[in-house]
This record gives sequence, C-alpha cells and structure tokens, in this order.
Amino acid sequence: MANAKPTEEEILAGLAEIVEEVAGVESDEVTADKSFVDDLDIDSLSMVEIAVQAEDRFEVKIPDAELANLKTVGDAVNYVAKNV
Amino acid sequence: MTAIRLSQGAAASRILGIGSTQPERVVTNDELSTIMDTDDQWIRERVGIRERRFGGTEDTVVSMAVEAGSKAIAASGLTPSDVDTVIVANCTTTVPIPNAAAQVADLIGIKAAGGFDLNAACAGFCYALASASDMVRAGSATRVLVIGSEKLTDVVDPVDRSTAIIFADGAGAAVVGPSDEPGIGPVAWGTAGDLAETITMPNGRHIYQEGQAVFRWATTKIAPIALRALELAGLQPSDVDILVPHQANLRIVEAIAKKLRQKGAREDMVVADDIVTSGNTSSASIPMAMDHMRAAGRIHSGDVALLVGFGAGLSYAGQVVICP
Repeated sequence: MANAKPTEEEILAGLAEIVEEVAGVESDEVTADKSFVDDLDIDSLSMVEIAVQAEDRFEVKIPDAELANLKTVGDAVNYVAKNV
Repeated sequence: MTAIRLSQGAAASRILGIGSTQPERVVTNDELSTIMDTDDQWIRERVGIRERRFGGTEDTVVSMAVEAGSKAIAASGLTPSDVDTVIVANCTTTVPIPNAAAQVADLIGIKAAGGFDLNAACAGFCYALASASDMVRAGSATRVLVIGSEKLTDVVDPVDRSTAIIFADGAGAAVVGPSDEPGIGPVAWGTAGDLAETITMPNGRHIYQEGQAVFRWATTKIAPIALRALELAGLQPSDVDILVPHQANLRIVEAIAKKLRQKGAREDMVVADDIVTSGNTSSASIPMAMDHMRAAGRIHSGDVALLVGFGAGLSYAGQVVICP
C-alpha cells in the first residue's frame, strides 16, 4: 500500500479484516453504513486498537481526538482515503 | 595526592525472596455498580477486573509496606537486621513529609537503615529494583528491601466510574542481595514527559487519565521496552518463562504478551493476570502478582521472568529477573 493510494474498496476490505481481528466481528458484517458502537458493539479501547492497526496498514495518522468523529465504518473509510 | 577509596560491591545481584499483602475487604463489580453507573460485564470487558481489595482507615502505604516487606524478609530466610537499605516505591501517600521508607524500616525492625521513597508511579517497583541491584553491585548496600505499596483509594474519586473500577490497594516486596550469578538483568528504562498530561491529578486529590491515549501508548510502546530489556540481558523472547507486566488493564497485558509472542516468545509463557482479582495497584502490582503466582504454583525457583512497569510521568522500566 506504500506506493499506490488505496481505493475506498481496498480501505473497506482492510478495515474489515482489522475489525475482525480486533473485535471478532465477521468481516462481511463490516459495511460502510454500520456504526462501530451501536451496530458492531466495538468499545472505545477496541477503537484505539483498530486505529493503531489501520495506521500501520494504510500509513496514515488517526489521532485519539479524531476517533470520536469516526462513528461509522464509512466515516473511517473516508478519513483514511482523505488522509492517506 | 588525596585519593577517595571506593566501596566494593558484589559480583552480581538477585532477588532473595518476595512477599505481598492486601487489605481484607473484597470489592466486587456488583458492589461498585450499586454506587455508580457501571456493571460487571462492562468492567470485565474494558479492564478485565472481577474483584479488588480496598483498604480501611487502618491500612496505609506504611502499614501495607511493613507487612509485605516483613514477609519478603522471612521468605528470603533472613531477619530484619540482615537488611541495610529500604526503598519504598509509591505515588499515593497523601502528604510528602515524612516519607514512608524511614517509618517502614523502623517498624520492621531494621535499625538506621538507608531509606528513601521513589516515585515512578506504576513503574516504581522496576525502577526501585534496578536501583537496589546497582547498589548491591556498587557496594553502597548489602541487602535492599524493595517495596511497592499503594493506597490508590485515597487518591481516587470513589464514584468516578472511569477510575474507581480500576484502582485498588496493596503492597508487594522483594529483598535484593548479592549473588555469584546474575539474577537481575540490566534495566531498560525511560520517560515520555511529553505525555505527562495523560495521567494527572487535576484537582490535586483525584487521579484522572485519558484512557484512550494511555491505552494506545501502553499497547504500542511497552512491548518494545520489554524486548529491549531482554536484549540488554542477552536473552531471546523464547527464554522467557513468566511475563509480568504492570497490571494496568488485562487488555494491555494481553496486547503486550501478543506482541512478544509475535517476536518469538513461547505459547506456554505464563502471563501474569493478577489484575483479575487484585485490580490495578500501581507500583505494588508486579511484586504482588509474582507473589500470588508463586503461591499458586505458577512460578518456580529459577524461572526467567520478564518484568515491565509503566505509568504516570509517563515512566517505564523493565528488566529480566530469575525467580527466587
């Protein structure tokens, strides 16, 4: 991923893998419209773990202050796409 | 020309014995949920704690240090007069004067011991252990009683659900003495003062921590410190029998263990999980976890243990020890 900018589909697929590993949610459940907290039952500490792994994978910075704004999987995909 | 003569120390140092104590009162998650908006499942999922111990008015940093320290001396097969220096790691005495160490030494019966308190928060025990080891090797002490003793309930808002569910009271201790073979490895220590604001006492009375920031730091920066301690000791991750991280949060403990296993630590490495029944007792957590694991038969004499403490400051320290 270091050279070519990932597409939104690639980011979504990558996030889904991370969410499955961190929180045990089936990756096909991780769709853009899902809320991390309300739909996927992911708590604030798991969000940090997801952010740390996403930072490594997509070479992007996701500060804690930004995490609160990433309500849905789609928000996270958009954030990564904009900042990668 | 006048020359200053230097003291001669021991070839190496080791832990001779360990001991610990906790207040009697067990506080369950259900009890806490009667006084604040929380519940058993929420606490277990976030921090992994099932129950913890809260001290009463008779339990103080000094009283718990005396009990844990006395047990460590007895476990070492020594008497108080065999010890000449006392270090009490703590960050929860509510007044800075007088310090704890002088009283602790006197109450244990160690006459005119060298003594001081050391504040490196939850990393305090590892800092004190490293200091004690170096004193024995340099000759400024023969046997050092190293104690972590904390009464967190004195500095926690009892109805703040972000902290009151985590912190608890207790003390753990170790006696460090001379050895022919190295039993305490070089320390890997440091600080991250740029993150000082993430664990503070904003009103001067109660602990506040930025949970996500501290969690991120602990789950990403501490495993490399543990690996550095191994490297300094000339050991590999696969050499570690017991991993004893500061018992901050079970999820942090598990994250550190996972990173070490990715670097070659064994699947059968025993990982301290004392937080489940003891809560986070800051500088007391590492020696207390070791003592509980020893009592439960999970640690054996000669085992290679990797210790790593981390907390407010932010401060961190880790080293390899051979279990007594």
